[in-house]
Amino acid sequence: MAQLSLRGIKKRFRDTEVLHGIDLEIGDREFVVFVGPSGCGKSTLLRLIAGLDPISDGEFVLNGHRMNDVAPSRRGIAMVFQSYALYPHMDVYENMAFGARLMGLDKAEVERRIAEAAQMLRLEALLKRKPRELSGGQRQRVAIGRALVRKPDVFLLDEPLSNLDAALRSEVRLEIAKLHREIGGTMIYVTHDQVEAMTLADKIVVMNNGRIEQVGSPRELYETPANTFVATFIGSPRMTLVDVTHEGDRLAMANGGSVAAGTLPGPGALKLGLRPDGVQLHRSASEGFAGRVEYTEYLGDNAYVYVRLANGTLLSARTTPNDLYTPDEAVTVSVTPGAAHYFSAEDGRRLDP
Amino acid sequence: MSVATTNYYDRRGILGTLGRDGLLQIILIANTILMLAPIVIMVFSAFKTTPQIFQSPFGIPDFSQVQNFIKIWSETNFLRYLLNSFLVTGASMVLILTLGTMAAYAIGRYAFTGASFILMFFLAGLTLPLKLAIIPLFMLMRDLSILNNQLSLIFVYTAMGLPSTVFIMTGFIRTLPNELEDAARMDGASEARIMWSIMLPLVRPAMVIAGIQNVVPIWNDFFFPLVFIQNDSLKTLPQGLTTFMGEYTTDWGVLFSGLTLSAAPIIIIYIVLSRQFIAGMTSGAIK
Repeated sequence: MAQLSLRGIKKRFRDTEVLHGIDLEIGDREFVVFVGPSGCGKSTLLRLIAGLDPISDGEFVLNGHRMNDVAPSRRGIAMVFQSYALYPHMDVYENMAFGARLMGLDKAEVERRIAEAAQMLRLEALLKRKPRELSGGQRQRVAIGRALVRKPDVFLLDEPLSNLDAALRSEVRLEIAKLHREIGGTMIYVTHDQVEAMTLADKIVVMNNGRIEQVGSPRELYETPANTFVATFIGSPRMTLVDVTHEGDRLAMANGGSVAAGTLPGPGALKLGLRPDGVQLHRSASEGFAGRVEYTEYLGDNAYVYVRLANGTLLSARTTPNDLYTPDEAVTVSVTPGAAHYFSAEDGRRLDP
Repeated sequence: MSVATTNYYDRRGILGTLGRDGLLQIILIANTILMLAPIVIMVFSAFKTTPQIFQSPFGIPDFSQVQNFIKIWSETNFLRYLLNSFLVTGASMVLILTLGTMAAYAIGRYAFTGASFILMFFLAGLTLPLKLAIIPLFMLMRDLSILNNQLSLIFVYTAMGLPSTVFIMTGFIRTLPNELEDAARMDGASEARIMWSIMLPLVRPAMVIAGIQNVVPIWNDFFFPLVFIQNDSLKTLPQGLTTFMGEYTTDWGVLFSGLTLSAAPIIIIYIVLSRQFIAGMTSGAIK
C-alpha cells in the first residue's frame, strides 16, 4: 500500500527557488513518470521524496504520515540511481545485503530476499562478481535488485536507462514494465525521454521550470495537451505551432493562406497546433497554408517532410515513404479535420470549444 | 626508385620510433642506476671493514663477513632502538591516518561554513618549517613534562604529518561520487557507517600514499629525537646508530650495517605497498 500526497512542495537552494509549489497525488501501484527538460526540477523533486534533500516548504505525506522529517531509510522508499551507485568494493550479494542487514533483518531472511530478487532479475550467476566485472545492463539489474530486497512501498528510479546504449535501453524498459507488473509497488520514474514516459507510465507528470505543467495518462497528454509546452514536449517530431488569426470560420496565416476553423470561442489571434500526422501535403495549389519543402527524412516505414511555411514557421508532416518531396518544392498544407489543437496566443493555454 | 623511397621513409620511421623509445629507456635506466647506487654502496659497505671501504669503495665485498652486524648486535641496544623506532613511527602513523582521514572526510564531504578555512589552515602547515620552532617546542614539551618521553616525538610527528595527509585525502575523498553516499543513506547507513563501510575502502590507495609520504621522514628522523630524548633506552634507530660516529674516528663499516638494517623495514614496506601506491597515483588517469 502506498498513497503519496505532495502538498505545496517548494525547494530553495539558498536564494534560488527551484520548485515553486508542487501539488500531486500518487495512488497505490501507480507507475508515475516525471518528465521534463533538464533543469526542470524533476530530479530535485525525486530527491525530496527520497529524503536526500530537505523540503523547504510544503508537506509530503505517505500513507497518512507526514514524512518531511523522517530519515530516508525509514520512509519505506528505495531508489535506483542514474549512475547505479553500486558499492564498488562489494560483490553483488554484498551490495544487495548491505541495506537489508541495516534494516535489522536476520541472516536467513536476508538470504531469502536476495535469492528471490536474484531469481527475478536473473542475477544468480553473478552474485559473487564485483560491479566492475558486470556489463551496463547487469549493473542496472543489480541496482534494481538492491532496491527490491528492501521491499519498499515506493520505488524511485532516477533516469535509470540513460547510461545504457540504445539497443539495451528498450530491452531494460520492457523489463522494468514487467517488474512493475510482478511486484506491484508504486514506482516513480524520472526521465527526460518522452518515449520512456509514454511507454511506461500510467500517469505522466510533465514538469517545466519547477512547476507541473500537466498530469495525465499518456493518451490524455498526447490528445489533449493542456498548453503549448506539453503539446510540443510530447510527441516526436514535435507539434508545430502556427500563429493564425481567427476570422469568421477561417484561420488565416500571415501572408500564406487559411484553413477552416473548428468550433472556436471568439475571433482573434491564436496558436494552431499541428502534429505531423494531422496534416496533408498537396503539390497542386489548393486550400491551405502555402509553404516550401526544406528537407525530407526517410525512415523506412514512413517519412517526415519539413516545410517552411510562408510566415517562417517550420512544420513537420508525415507522409508515406513512397511520397517523397524534393527540397524547394512548393506545397500546400491542409489540416485533417479534428486533428488540430488550439492554444491561446497570450499564455499558451489550450482553448476548448 | 619508388621502392628506395619507401624504404628510406620506413627506415626513418623505425629509427625515429627506436630513437624515442631508446632514449626513454636510457633515461629510465640511468635514473634507476642513480637511485639504486647509494643503496647498493650502503649494503656493500656494511660487509666491509673501514679500511676496505676506503681502499675499494665500489668493490664487491665478501658477503660472509658479518662482523659488522655482530658488532651492532652486541655493542649497541640495536633491538631496543628498533623497537623504539617501530613504536614511535607506528603510533604516529596510526594517529596521522586516523585524524587526517577523519578531518579530510569532514572537509571533503560536508558543506559547512569554514570548511575551506580549515583546509587552508591545514595546508598552511605544509609551508611551516617545523624545525624553526624547536625552541618553543622544547619548552612546550618541558612544561608538559614529556621531555625524554616518546610521547613528545609522537605529538610532533603527528602534527608534522597531518597537513600533507589532509591535503592528499581531501582531494581524493572529494572525487568519490555523491550518489554512493546517497545510496548508503537510502539503505539506512549512519554517517559513521557510510564513512567506515563505503568511503574508507574506496580511499585506501590514498591512505597508502599518505602513509608512505609520512612514514619515511618519520622513520628516518634524527633531529627531534636528538633534542627531546636523552635516555639511551628511549632512543630511536637513527639516533642510536650515532654511537659509532666518534669525534675522531668513525667505524664506517658498522655504521653502514646499522643503516642497512635500519633502511630494510622501510624498503620492505615500500615494496609490499608499491602496487597500491602506484594504483593510487594513477587511479585518476586511468578512469
